[in-house]
Amino acid sequence: MAELTEVGPVHLRRTPLAHLKEQMRAATVTGPRGVTLTEWPFITMVNLRVDPASEAADRIEKALGAPLPRQCGHTSTSGPHTLVWLGPDEWLVLSQAEETAVAVELREALAGAPGSAVDVSANRTTLELGGPAARQVLEKGCPLDLHPRAFGPGRAVSTTVGPVAAVLWQVDDTPTYRLLPRSSFADYLARWLIDAMSEYRGPEVP
Amino acid sequence: MLLITCPWCGPRDETEYHYGGQAHVPYPGNPADLTDEQWAEYVFYRDNPKGPFAERWMHSIGCRRWFNVLRDTATHEVLTSYRLDEPRPELPQAGGNR
Repeated sequence: MAELTEVGPVHLRRTPLAHLKEQMRAATVTGPRGVTLTEWPFITMVNLRVDPASEAADRIEKALGAPLPRQCGHTSTSGPHTLVWLGPDEWLVLSQAEETAVAVELREALAGAPGSAVDVSANRTTLELGGPAARQVLEKGCPLDLHPRAFGPGRAVSTTVGPVAAVLWQVDDTPTYRLLPRSSFADYLARWLIDAMSEYRGPEVP
Repeated sequence: MLLITCPWCGPRDETEYHYGGQAHVPYPGNPADLTDEQWAEYVFYRDNPKGPFAERWMHSIGCRRWFNVLRDTATHEVLTSYRLDEPRPELPQAGGNR
């Protein structure tokens, strides 16, 4: 007979990249061409859909304390929440707060208006790629222009990295990027990035 | 590789999109009244012009919205893209319209 566990389901959950933790750490490159790869586990994500011109959108902006970004690539941040533009009426709310609380708060702000707020925390995982060579690593497989004249901190777009679709979010000028692939693609993407990073261990080939 | 401009996300590579066939093919007003021939015409028959052609594309890896693109089938040049609620832009010699 199955034994009941003392700990709740939250303590039993595993991240999609738990098995690659050591390999990601071993892939770290230091120095002027340094680049690191880490996983940020269990970030709360809520998919939000609402008409941006509606009163419900105003209530949601008030509840989150940040405006809903109205343009592709834009984000807005307030306290533990970051809002990422996914579509003209679709956003991804990333948060350090507890997942059920954020979804419930947003649903209350919607108050039955047309739209939805769904907890999708398990849909994606978060990879953080940072260091002076991080942009070069991404440029091996991302069709987007990541040069500072076109992309910078606080920008986030959904695009492809290698063959994997992911939300690409630049956090700071180091540069540090956060990649949000679907959980089932995370293993492939992490291995792809580890392979792409290995070049920067050696001296630059002129 | 085509460079297609999504009305919401701007220019992106063709690999981010899915193709949706000819645009501006309306669902029959009275589907029950159609003959088999007319149904076949609606379901299977599409224009195949040489030159500008209005077609549907979907930005499946970006904003996941459908929109229309005018593309020259001979040169693969993407002439313009427009939202579904916008009328088809007038272009000289544009074919493939119903």
